[in-house]
Amino acid sequence: MKLKQSALIGLAVAAALGTAAVQAADQYVGLPSYRVGPYAAGGSGIFGGMIDYFQLVNARDGGINGVKLIWEECETEYNNARGVECWERMKKGGPTGNTVFHPLSTGITYSVIEKAPADKIPVISLGYGRTDASDGRIFPYIFPLLTNYWSQNTAKIKFIGAKEGGMDKLKGKKIVNIYHDSAYGKETIPVLDAQAKMYGFTVKHIPVAHPGNEQQSQWLQVRQDKPDWVILRGWGVMNPTALKAAAKIGFPRDKIVGVWWSGAEEDTIPAGSAAKGYISAGFNVAGTNYPVIKDIEKHVVAKNKSNMEDKSRIGSVYYNRGVVHGIITVEAIRKAQEKYGKGKSITGEQMRWGIENLNIDAALLKKLGAEGFMPPLKMSCANHEGSGLVKFQQWDGDKWKVLTDWIESDQKLVRGMVEESAAKYAKEKNITPRDCSKEG
Amino acid sequence: MLYREAGQFKATYAEDQRIFPIRQDRIAIALILVFFFVLVPAFANQYWLQAILVPVLIFSLAAIGLNILTGYAGQLSLGSAAFMAVGAFAAYNFMLRVPGMPILVAFVLGGLCAAGVGILFGLPSLRIKGFYLAVATLAAQFFVVWALTKFPWFSNNSSSGVISAQQVKILGYAFVSPESKYLLTLAVVTVLALAAKNLVRSSIGRSWMAIRDMDVAAEVIGFRPMRTKLSAFAISSFYCGVAGALYAYTYLGTVEPEGFNLDMSFKILFMIIIGGVGSILGSFLGAAFIVLLPIFLNISMHVLGDAVPKGLASNLELIVFGGLIIFFLIVEPHGLARLWQIGKEKLRLWPFPH
Repeated sequence: MKLKQSALIGLAVAAALGTAAVQAADQYVGLPSYRVGPYAAGGSGIFGGMIDYFQLVNARDGGINGVKLIWEECETEYNNARGVECWERMKKGGPTGNTVFHPLSTGITYSVIEKAPADKIPVISLGYGRTDASDGRIFPYIFPLLTNYWSQNTAKIKFIGAKEGGMDKLKGKKIVNIYHDSAYGKETIPVLDAQAKMYGFTVKHIPVAHPGNEQQSQWLQVRQDKPDWVILRGWGVMNPTALKAAAKIGFPRDKIVGVWWSGAEEDTIPAGSAAKGYISAGFNVAGTNYPVIKDIEKHVVAKNKSNMEDKSRIGSVYYNRGVVHGIITVEAIRKAQEKYGKGKSITGEQMRWGIENLNIDAALLKKLGAEGFMPPLKMSCANHEGSGLVKFQQWDGDKWKVLTDWIESDQKLVRGMVEESAAKYAKEKNITPRDCSKEG
Repeated sequence: MLYREAGQFKATYAEDQRIFPIRQDRIAIALILVFFFVLVPAFANQYWLQAILVPVLIFSLAAIGLNILTGYAGQLSLGSAAFMAVGAFAAYNFMLRVPGMPILVAFVLGGLCAAGVGILFGLPSLRIKGFYLAVATLAAQFFVVWALTKFPWFSNNSSSGVISAQQVKILGYAFVSPESKYLLTLAVVTVLALAAKNLVRSSIGRSWMAIRDMDVAAEVIGFRPMRTKLSAFAISSFYCGVAGALYAYTYLGTVEPEGFNLDMSFKILFMIIIGGVGSILGSFLGAAFIVLLPIFLNISMHVLGDAVPKGLASNLELIVFGGLIIFFLIVEPHGLARLWQIGKEKLRLWPFPH
């Protein structure tokens, strides 16, 4: 009787503490979000989508095998120093510490690359970050998942080649690469140069200083050079500015191909009619017409639990990308639970195994209601990229329309460059690469 | 009562020339040093060391640098972050390209490179003053960041322009743990802060203040403006350079030129304005204020939980932060250091104010 009573009191106390109380079977994810500053549109959309997916898993499935997801936000303002502060603040959160870190900033990813193996917390940089970290032998804790920048770039050249009527037609063509002058923007320069040599086109790199709301001189250069294609490697406010500047000099928008950080509604709507016809890459698509989004609308949004302040953004590119982040996080936790005990909270180290052995195939995508929503993904010890597939979409003045199916990137070229670059890093840092044949 | 200096006589020149002439100050400084050198590393956790104390110390050092230039020599500068970048990238390149380079020497060389760049961009100060000079130093800010991005040699041909700092090793001891990194930072900052405290009351410091208060009069009584102004630029940039090297080596580990942007320069300027222009103590107080307050606000917003939408909460933080800056500037335009000075004077009379 007494035992029962104290158990009841314990339960009541736990209930009173509510979500703030951390129970044994919770899985903590620390979210370094940013909701202010020039990149707030990306931050609020993606973290909003991710949190909504977590809410969905908790509400619809009761968590992952009964383990509820809990999370905490930490404002980084897209600033590396604040990101590191968030890493330190959140790494001991929850029952088993931070499970996984989504920096959502290439700069912050770089800042935590050495902290990740030391603190044993995996870093997922989904579609951004340090490209050569795709070599999992040298970067065991870093996961530039789905498609890294270099792969994306080869797919983009493939797309341009297809538009020109074959890769051999690229010879003699002129491509201008307008990039955000930061670690993120510069990341694709070596692969573009390598491909220019391979296919015989010329490429010119024009930097735009952060945050990129002044681009007249850059587009003046474009007007003088008269390139056949422009690659836009922008982020945040730089994108609509670029589209408006392109319209001003009369450069055809359907000859501008953007990276996925230049391909959201937030990039095109502010540019108004100047954005019509603009093409961008993407590893997720926009729209609410997918079962997973419908489920979120039913279980989360309808119950007024959505994290989004502006409900009309549900189904936008950024929001859906956040859902992709959520799916991958949840499935990796599920995978890790399979090995380390179902219904238990897993540690960062176990999560690393979970991500490394993640296999989201077509059947699983269908089960998750995300068929065609994101590319299939298969990870391994050596390959921390997992997919390398890209879709292209075009802005029709109103919404993003998918142009292509999943286009495969040139893994032969990219993988070689990744391994070379990673080996250079390993040498600089005295890292002995893991032997992947011994990993279980 | 507690802070009475009556009965403390200065009987020798050495006693007269002490950095801290009042006994209570000396005891307080000793206690503070013991606290930060012994008690903090023994009890603080990694979060406090790595994410709070190290950045505060590093920015304090940068703020001391700017304070020497702006507070003592009266030359307004908006290029502090650029000089930090020079220090960080120079230290990195010395470590990379000179085999067996001791890290402390690399820090000093990094600082010296920053001093050289500082002198170069200080040259216009001989002709232009005040806000116009601020614009000239703005050029330093943009030029340095541009040059570090433009020439891949500086970042050892890294494709993204990011450098990742080598391991810090002194006499075979590797500074890996947060405690050791903190202690290294603290030691460097303590030595340089004491040096600065000494410097500003030496003949060179007095010449800076003479130039600051009225440069024509200073010139008439025999101070050479060129030497004085350029020495202020050099020493100020040296401090910023060492701070930049520490920023790369003991704090972040990897830095990119874009990280040292104008925002950071403004932040350092705000530190000395809030902390106290022309005060070494003020540099520490200002750095603590500007670095810690946003973090404190972010954590305290969590108390509100889900009652406030997250986007609104993030914006509220900025609003409160800005509001507090304005509040402090209205209440005490001379900065936090002045508050301490007022407190000190009150303490001297306490408990018998007349």
